[in-house]
Amino acid sequence: MSFVSYQFILFLAVLLVLYYVLPRKVQWMLLLAGSLTFYAFSGPKYLIYMAVTILTTYGAAVWIEKIWGAQDAWVKEHKGISREEKKAYKAGMTRKAKAVLVLCLLVNLGILAVIKYTDFILENLNGIFGTEFQLRHFILPLGISFYMFQSLGYVIDVYRRKYPAERNPAKVALFTSFFPQVIQGPISRFDDLSKGLFAEHKFDSKEFYYGLLRVVWGFFKKLVIADRLAPVIVTLTADTDKYPGVYVLANIFFYAIQLYADFTGGIDITIGVARMLGIPVAENFQRPYFSKNIAEYWRRWHITMGTWFKDYIFYPISVSGWMLKISKKSREKLGQALGKRVPVYISTIVVWFATGIWHGAAWNFIVWGMLNCLVLLVSQELAPLYKKFHDKFGFSNTAFWDGVQIFRTFWLMGLIRILDVYRDVPLTFRMVGTMFTTPNWGAVTDGSFLELGATLADFIVVGVGIVILFTVSALAERKAIDARLETKPVVVHYALLWILILLVVVFGAYGIGFDATQFIYNQF
Amino acid sequence: MDELLDILKELHPEVDYETCTTLVDDKILDSFDIVSLITEVSDTFDVRIPASEIIPENFNSAESLWALIEKLMDE
Amino acid sequence: MLKKFIRVTVFLVILVASLWLLQRLLVPKYIHENEEGVLSAEYYDNAGDNDVLFIGDCEVYSNFSPIKLWQEYGITSVIRGTPQQLIWQSYYMLEDTLRYETPKVVVYNVFSMRYDKPQNEAYNRLTLDGMRWSSVKSDAIKASMTEEESYISYLFPILRFHSRWNELTGDDLKYLFSTEKLSHNGYVMRVDTKPVEVLPEPIPQADYTYSDIDWEYLDKIRDCCKEHGITLILIKSASCYPHWYDEWDQQIRDYAEKNDLTYVNFLQHQDETGIDYTTDTYDAGLHLNLSGAEKSSVYFGKILKDQPGITDRRGDAELDAKWQEKIEFYDSMKKSQEKQLEETGAVTSFR
Repeated sequence: MSFVSYQFILFLAVLLVLYYVLPRKVQWMLLLAGSLTFYAFSGPKYLIYMAVTILTTYGAAVWIEKIWGAQDAWVKEHKGISREEKKAYKAGMTRKAKAVLVLCLLVNLGILAVIKYTDFILENLNGIFGTEFQLRHFILPLGISFYMFQSLGYVIDVYRRKYPAERNPAKVALFTSFFPQVIQGPISRFDDLSKGLFAEHKFDSKEFYYGLLRVVWGFFKKLVIADRLAPVIVTLTADTDKYPGVYVLANIFFYAIQLYADFTGGIDITIGVARMLGIPVAENFQRPYFSKNIAEYWRRWHITMGTWFKDYIFYPISVSGWMLKISKKSREKLGQALGKRVPVYISTIVVWFATGIWHGAAWNFIVWGMLNCLVLLVSQELAPLYKKFHDKFGFSNTAFWDGVQIFRTFWLMGLIRILDVYRDVPLTFRMVGTMFTTPNWGAVTDGSFLELGATLADFIVVGVGIVILFTVSALAERKAIDARLETKPVVVHYALLWILILLVVVFGAYGIGFDATQFIYNQF
Repeated sequence: MDELLDILKELHPEVDYETCTTLVDDKILDSFDIVSLITEVSDTFDVRIPASEIIPENFNSAESLWALIEKLMDE
Repeated sequence: MLKKFIRVTVFLVILVASLWLLQRLLVPKYIHENEEGVLSAEYYDNAGDNDVLFIGDCEVYSNFSPIKLWQEYGITSVIRGTPQQLIWQSYYMLEDTLRYETPKVVVYNVFSMRYDKPQNEAYNRLTLDGMRWSSVKSDAIKASMTEEESYISYLFPILRFHSRWNELTGDDLKYLFSTEKLSHNGYVMRVDTKPVEVLPEPIPQADYTYSDIDWEYLDKIRDCCKEHGITLILIKSASCYPHWYDEWDQQIRDYAEKNDLTYVNFLQHQDETGIDYTTDTYDAGLHLNLSGAEKSSVYFGKILKDQPGITDRRGDAELDAKWQEKIEFYDSMKKSQEKQLEETGAVTSFR
């Protein structure tokens, strides 16, 4: 079920009514029923995959906790025991707990690997070795990359003794399947989400309003801006011979806007819906296009994915036993300066490779990941150089320089991101090259841009939409929109909601009318 | 504690580690710094910092980091 | 608490009212573009005391003149034709009409039987949007929707027509709450002429048999008429393009015979109708102009007047007055179109 569909609106309306009418004790159960229904819409058979994840993560967490519980009890009983014996016993228990964790990870990641990467591997084998393996065309269950990682994070946290395991399997089921976030995140942590998820919720009209406002805002971004640009991007990408040079530049810009509006719009709906239910969900974006450098960008874009990879892959790798050994050896062999870079570099490369393939099973995603990695490491290396430069010339804290950095980061990230759109890696590099070899600036003024699937009026709407988006973001950067609205009179609250709804209904790029009405009507 | 301060000063000499308690929250130390820090610390003090301890509470100040190191040395 | 409830209610009222207003602004008015879009709704102004009902596609609303039928025979008739009206839509048009009146004769143009599934979203809207809401309209929508359509967009046409925001014209404001009459009891007048030149060779079809769904709906029309004591007459109207295949004609004749129905194929009665495709059509044979429609009506009236229940209704004061008004509107439009033709050589504005 797509968020921007009539069915979802109906589903949500019914759910909200039931949620606040039924006794509060059963609210979370209603959410579970709703979430499973929502997910079943994409194909009931895919619920099986989710069930496997739920059962294995529930079971592993409970089991691991039992092991730690046994360890604690034993240590308490054997107070007088020597340090070595305690260490040995603990090591043994740790091995046990780790085995359960690894088993759970293997089962889940194994399933994911098979469905997601089999064809990619087979294709490459066929390409390299000339074999003729048949592709399997497995269908990826909706949101599996998201909900699975979220659940695995839960088991790892229990293993790390961050919080106790959840004893009620139905609650683990809800955590995994929670419908507002199952499609595209945010990837929540169990201790954060469960506080709100399982609590009893009294109807709070203020929270309801802010939630609803955010949902409509998300619809605005998605329908008025993102979906209006989508056909243009499709046109520019489908016929790469016809659209080199300035068209590629335009594509980079349009895609930057479209992806941002679409992704953050969807997240707005997610967080807004959860807020209407009285459940706080972590933010996933923080106005990333205001970033001054790539490190900041990755702290502001798809935040929960970044922190998940940091906490569950980057740190574990970089502080693991073997990494420390490598780090020691490399410092001995290569000296301090180079040696201390080794663990950072290796971990970073591994994380970005993983991030790349997490996004998709194709070379363009891997290259995308590696490019991000490269830029990150290079900017890391250049940091002291920049510092020297700024110390000498001293305009680092000016608005002008901030602007330059923001501009640079926006375009740099856009350039890397365009791999998503052209997909084929050599093609992408070639297309980017044409921006310099055959710029084709004339296309801007000779009306060619009006033949891409959007009229002048459409571009004006997008333009106005971008201005609105920018203004709201700039305001939010200083002070949160909620906080700002709190100080305004109630009529402003209603007026804002009213105008947004009208804008979405009239200017949304949805429905049939959208494809050249006149053309169809005039065909008598 | 002094050795720890030496390590920290090497990373970011301009920071006042005696008083600052928001090293992570204010992004003074980013994830690369943390990794370098941990490898140095593990080497110098012969302790293993598990990933589960890489939380802001432990790294926000030199003091809390030292407390963690001492705890790990005791185990 | 009460304050909040009032606020929310006021908000909802304002929201619904503004959406309704926007909807009125954004829906097509069919004044200077796609004029036939008003036909579906115009019926309700003419409902009541019509002894003959025509249902079908453009071949009924272009080729018959109820005014002529009244003038020649005193027969009261109404045409519920719409562009590319499909057979299931014709059936529902019949059911809808029965909610307002019961005619003595129903005339159905069988040409639309060549379609056995939903064709075109735009034509669906032209036929369905004008119908008044009832279970009949609801069923008609469900039977007509193409895959890309949604029922809710019929409930709230703003969801379909919102993209007209960048096509709005003065008409959309002028006709926000009103419209301008186009038809003469459902007849769309054209006084211009464009003679038939060379008709394209008919393309042989792979299969001429009408689909089950077509027969199903034809049966439904037949049964409905029977139930209400209405005489059903099947016709193939006098349009010579697109081609009317003999194989289709045969199936209709067989059906008519089997069910004891009158079937009139106007293409086979050219001598009697006197229709001349060099003077009587405005688009080279697809549709008849005024002259052709009147000839068609004069001929058909002879058949109609002998149907059970059909009488010469002239002499009734009320009816005479009502139809006199219609005649005046008819004559004034004729004059206005002829003037246009004289001055500009074409009829661009029908009204």
